[in-house]
Amino acid sequence: MSILGKLSLDSIPYHEPILVTTFCVVALLAVVIVFLITRYNKWGVLWNDWLTSIDHKRLGIMYIVLALIMLLRGFSDAILMRTQLALATDGDPGYLPPHHYDQIFTAHGVIMIIFMAMPFMIGLMNIVVPLQIGARDVAFPFLNNLSFWLTAGGAILINISLFVGEFAKTGWVAYPPLAGLQFSPDVGVDYYIWALQISGIGTTLTAVNFLATVFKMRAPGMKLMDMPIFTWTCTWANILIAASFPILTAVLALLTLDRYLDFHFFTNEGGGNSMMYINLFWAWGHPEVYILVLPAFGIFSEVVSTFTGKRLFGYKSMVWATASISILGFIVWLHHFFTMGSSANVNAFFGVMTMVIAVPTGVKLFNWLFTMYHGRLRITVPVMWTLGFMVTFTIGGMTGVLLAVPGADYVLHNSLFLIAHFHNTIIGGAVFGYLAGFAFWFPKAMGFHLNVKLGKAAFWCWLIGFFLAFMPLYVLGFLGMTRRLNHTNNPQWDMWLYIALIGALVIMAGIVFQLLQLYVSFRDRKENLDTTGDPWNGHTLEWSTASPPQVYNFAEIPTIHDIDAFTDMKEKGTAYVRKDNYAPIHMPKNTKAGMAIAGCVTVMGFALIWHIWWLAALGLLGGFISLVSRAYTSDVDYYIQPDEIIRTESAHLDSNNVAKG
Amino acid sequence: MSTTHMNAHIAHDEHHDHDPAPHNVFGFWLYLMTDCLLFASLFATYAVLFMNTAGGVSSKDIFELDFVLVETAVLLVSSVTYGFALICARNHKRASTLMWLGITFLLGLTFIGMELYEFHHLIENGNGPQRSAFLSAFFTLVGTHGLHVTAGLIWMFIMMVELVKSGFGSRTVTRLSCLSLFWHFLDVVWICVFTVVYLMGAV
Repeated sequence: MSILGKLSLDSIPYHEPILVTTFCVVALLAVVIVFLITRYNKWGVLWNDWLTSIDHKRLGIMYIVLALIMLLRGFSDAILMRTQLALATDGDPGYLPPHHYDQIFTAHGVIMIIFMAMPFMIGLMNIVVPLQIGARDVAFPFLNNLSFWLTAGGAILINISLFVGEFAKTGWVAYPPLAGLQFSPDVGVDYYIWALQISGIGTTLTAVNFLATVFKMRAPGMKLMDMPIFTWTCTWANILIAASFPILTAVLALLTLDRYLDFHFFTNEGGGNSMMYINLFWAWGHPEVYILVLPAFGIFSEVVSTFTGKRLFGYKSMVWATASISILGFIVWLHHFFTMGSSANVNAFFGVMTMVIAVPTGVKLFNWLFTMYHGRLRITVPVMWTLGFMVTFTIGGMTGVLLAVPGADYVLHNSLFLIAHFHNTIIGGAVFGYLAGFAFWFPKAMGFHLNVKLGKAAFWCWLIGFFLAFMPLYVLGFLGMTRRLNHTNNPQWDMWLYIALIGALVIMAGIVFQLLQLYVSFRDRKENLDTTGDPWNGHTLEWSTASPPQVYNFAEIPTIHDIDAFTDMKEKGTAYVRKDNYAPIHMPKNTKAGMAIAGCVTVMGFALIWHIWWLAALGLLGGFISLVSRAYTSDVDYYIQPDEIIRTESAHLDSNNVAKG
Repeated sequence: MSTTHMNAHIAHDEHHDHDPAPHNVFGFWLYLMTDCLLFASLFATYAVLFMNTAGGVSSKDIFELDFVLVETAVLLVSSVTYGFALICARNHKRASTLMWLGITFLLGLTFIGMELYEFHHLIENGNGPQRSAFLSAFFTLVGTHGLHVTAGLIWMFIMMVELVKSGFGSRTVTRLSCLSLFWHFLDVVWICVFTVVYLMGAV
């Protein structure tokens, strides 16, 4: 075997025009970005204030930037698929050959779930949770930076697969024996394994970090049942991550052993059992969808209560509903494969458990409705996303209950009905939630408002586009069309496939509006500054800070007397108090260690994918050395002195007094 | 200016004596729970696959309980000796901490040596992990525990170097406490391995 393992010039797909074009576009974009950064002399800022930052707010923003970039990648995949399916009807092969098309649908699923939705959710959580509980940062700021770079490392690997070698052709679940060495001898599945493994470990560490944060670092007076609802839903999501991601780590490790060392966990030979993979995968995979959607529920709760100007209806029932969804989420995984052929009783149990989840979810919907009831709802962009969600998600929830009936599932399994269902819940639930949160907390994180008109245009395109793109898929499911088809030959389906493509294009318009919104808002930021720190008359502590928040978050850690802590402070007149002395604030220093460790691990992953063993060993060693040298660095912190704090606080208070006339 | 300095000093002390240690130990404990679930997944896999011998040896044929009993005893005693090391560390007694850590390290090394011997013996007789799903699951479960013990040994070695070179720093005892949790946790996992894999497998 050569020194570069399986890697050779043939691994570069220079004979595929689509990939070459994509590569050229990406390369051109990279050149433009490098040029712009150099021209405006921003390399120092980028390195010192962002890439090496261990500030949770900046990490949160970087997570969301990563999510938006990966949204573009995942959405390009979606457009490619919809176009292919609209063209490849009635015997036409279309323009994407199966081996390429299969990589696209696999990449689309992995990217949208692992590298778009997860970073988006974790980004919002990073920005908001420490602020909501009155903490100065997370429990382990350095670990937080490391988690981000591990996630980014996974994302980099999956993007490299576009131009070096290929990606898995197995579907995003990578079921063996198809994903085993026998039927997928190429590097595609290895890219899948290492991209997920590396980012998954980052996610697990994030959950540990945030659990330690909310359990140990809440401001004095804030009992668990006083935590803001978004923080609660994130906490349950983190419990789910901590409890389910290790299962993913394990199952990927077992698949790795099968592929690299000829073990027999999931092979057809040697007593392997591929259903074991599918069970373990979904024991992670089902909690995963609640990891995605619970924080979105938290966002809707914050939005509804803020914009009706009322306290959230049924706070306690909301917390317990979240808790029961989390726990039930662990005992429904078998509904992903009723057709495995378990006994009727087993299927019935999992079917009933699945339907039961509709109850706490219903509780949440009614709580939001009752919060709005007799309230004065301000129709802002976050509220529009929330209302759009309530309608859309309810449909997705009901089709879910339908699929939970094992008998019906036998008919609809692997059909486009299922595809429609989970896009209905993930887009209509999670993504709408993140976009609501994006619009809601943007002024807080960035210090200026988003353009409202473009925001509304984006919302309407997303909403209408969603219905156009996915309602036909329900119909196609009933008409018998299964998922992952490359081309079709059934005139009955054609019209619905065309409508779905139009829907995808409308969603594309929504995404374009969103990018335009970012651009226009950034261009006009001077006119739209949020000088108050509290643009929506918010209820919780994050709105008590400046926009963007002071680097230390809180000059003095507040004492909490109410669930809506900031409303309480505003009512008692303690929200904006001038002090003439502050204690120095102890802060962690930025570090490049996280990038070094994650960089080495990513190199190791790449080397393992291509069987370049010496490089893998080098990557592992490099990661280990960076970790130990970080552990023995003593220069990790500094103090912000009182005079600087007074300056910062006065600026915030002055602009508020001006704003309040 | 001097007040500022004083305040900084007080805040500094507070930071090192009170704040981080409980966070670190609690955070590490949370990490251990995720590790626990990793092992749970491997146990589940073993439970599902241990009958799948593919015509090869079964658990009744290959385990030597006497050998494993000694192995188990070595690991359990190493937990006791680590306990002594931690008591000494909490009292900042460098020499005796080092001695107990050294003994623990040697016991851990013995355990790993015995495990490698067992693995080598199995592979030599054609019963390697490639032979059947049962053996794949066995090697992976026991081997993952072994890898953890090895990681613990490396960590312990680094802690001994730290103690020799610079004595007790502000974070040394916290680190030793985390390693202690890790080491005892591996004992608990091993008791499950011993029970589920070896005892239940041999009878």
